[in-house]
Amino acid sequence: MPLLSLPTHRAAALAGLAVSAALLAPAAHAGKTLDAVKQRGSVKCGVTTGLAGFSAPDAKGHWSGLDADTCRAIAAAVLGDAGKVEFVPLNSQQRFAALQAGEIDILARNTTWNLTRDASLGFHFTTITYYDGQGFLVPKKFKVTSARQLKGATVCTQSGTTNEKNVADWSRAQGIPVKTLVFESFEASYKAFFAGRCQAFTTDASALAALRNKEAPNPDDYLILPELISKEPLAPLVRRGDDEWFAIAKWVPNALIEAEEAGIGQGSIDKLKADSKDPAQMRLLGTGDDMGKLLGLPKDWSYKAIKAVGNYGEMFERNLGAGSDLKLPRGVNRLWNQGGLLYALPVR
Amino acid sequence: MKEPAGPGRWQALVLQVVLVAAVLGAGWWVVEQALATLRARGVHSGFDFLRDAAGFEISEGWLAFDSTQPFWRAFLAGLVNTVRAAVPATVIAIVLGTLLGVARLTPHRLVRGLASLYVQTLRNVPLLVLLLLMYFALTHLLPDPEHAVQLLPGVSLGKSGLVLPWPVHAEAGWTLEWPEQTLFGVSGGASLSPEYLAITLALGLYTAAYVAEIVRAGIESVGSGQVLAAQALGLPPGPVMRLVVLPQALRLIVPALTSQVLSLVKNSSLAVAIGYPELVSIANTSLNATGRPFECIAVVMAVYLALSLLIALAMQVYNSRVALRGWS
Repeated sequence: MPLLSLPTHRAAALAGLAVSAALLAPAAHAGKTLDAVKQRGSVKCGVTTGLAGFSAPDAKGHWSGLDADTCRAIAAAVLGDAGKVEFVPLNSQQRFAALQAGEIDILARNTTWNLTRDASLGFHFTTITYYDGQGFLVPKKFKVTSARQLKGATVCTQSGTTNEKNVADWSRAQGIPVKTLVFESFEASYKAFFAGRCQAFTTDASALAALRNKEAPNPDDYLILPELISKEPLAPLVRRGDDEWFAIAKWVPNALIEAEEAGIGQGSIDKLKADSKDPAQMRLLGTGDDMGKLLGLPKDWSYKAIKAVGNYGEMFERNLGAGSDLKLPRGVNRLWNQGGLLYALPVR
Repeated sequence: MKEPAGPGRWQALVLQVVLVAAVLGAGWWVVEQALATLRARGVHSGFDFLRDAAGFEISEGWLAFDSTQPFWRAFLAGLVNTVRAAVPATVIAIVLGTLLGVARLTPHRLVRGLASLYVQTLRNVPLLVLLLLMYFALTHLLPDPEHAVQLLPGVSLGKSGLVLPWPVHAEAGWTLEWPEQTLFGVSGGASLSPEYLAITLALGLYTAAYVAEIVRAGIESVGSGQVLAAQALGLPPGPVMRLVVLPQALRLIVPALTSQVLSLVKNSSLAVAIGYPELVSIANTSLNATGRPFECIAVVMAVYLALSLLIALAMQVYNSRVALRGWS
């Protein structure tokens, strides 16, 4: 998001979005979004305005990140071409109105799944693609090693996030008074922190790593505290009222996790497609039972998706793990049979 | 003007009634349609959330607030913060603007040039740029809170703002609370945050440039013959300004000033960019916490409307007092 945009105009735009959400949203019937996507020839995907690891544009306008790749996988499954994604950058205040208004087909914008959002906004969360938790980033000069020592500190964060409320809850529950300073834009909030206005910055731990490595004047001067004060299951979401599209948005990311379980990777996929006799692999490769027709997709939908972005493990390593600047450990985002939380629903 | 007689007058009345009915009807249709669609899509709406606990904290303000208090109180705290920034900014704008306006008319070339430079510069910089410039200058240039500069005993200036000793009411009666140095800076006493300083100064300095032009135009509107006449009567320059020029200039100045004060109050919403928790910032947070953009924006609109009408009314009362009799 450009830092220099008028909030009053923003409010007006938001109001406009909300009004058009209410007035223009056509009555729901199954398959409408899929039809619209096919006719348009692209998937409109709501992403962040720039968060390394999840969705960030490079100098040429190419988006990378876990969320960006999730959208690519969906485009590959639906349209057969991972390039047919139209990325729509949204700040955290705009994201829900944009989805309600039908400006985007799917919101993949490191958004936390919680009850209020699930039950009151008119959305369905699809599949958890990242288990995150909220943490604190502090300058090392204060010699603070635990969040419990933050008593009296000023904490910067972005408004319109679950982070803002979590820090209030945590401060109250733990009896550690902190002053929260919230900014409308993510950029303004971390710039104020790095300028020394706040003594701590709080957001999801993955984003803290991205900030420290990408934005800090000197990454070694900053420390991510060990405590996580919340659960932040991040998942893409879609509008209610289109069950067919909901199913697609749920099963495509699920298939990427299933592919990791089944040992299918971007490199080995074509060889496996030719040779594999394992029925579980063959269903994912589009050579066994037709797993596409029930979703209204081609038989090789999951093959196309995996071929385009790799399995979940590869996607993680490339965007967040060892292959990225963030070097985040897999942690709880390992597969269930390796001690993590990721458990793909069976594709069969 | 003579009113149209008989049937013409009835036609005009019917036309107006029909027009009002059409506008209200269209408005009602939009709202009704919107609510129906929102309901159909499972989106909750309504103002009932205003009584729920807000769940977020507000970093500063005159109205004590904590996360267990309801949303309506958060909005109220936001409104109080808007006023807290707008009032001192208005004072700065009017005082500085008047001085600058008069300075632009003095015979001293240097004073005139400087005043003119100020007005031209400030009027040609977007307010948001000025605001961010001030804020980032304050947060970058000031020393860290733990090394704040001591201006006077107990008064220090650092990245956490201007900190002063402040009287607090305790059991023993009123005592002066002195700021204390802690690990993260200072605590206790009263502090004016950099966000507050930046928005107040930026609004005040920016609007002063416009006020200066209004004051100058008002003074120049008074015929030079009157000044010459006053001088011929032997009045010194001070009384010429106070007794002859200003009373006549004010009737031009005050209405134009009203719109500047109104803009200033509305422009305070830009503070959302620098983290000052005024009304729009609170609405922004609430809107996200509840997923009810309609309702939150409606509250903001209603509050700004009420505030603007109040200011317009106050200025009108003042104007009717300064306006010259028989000159309307």
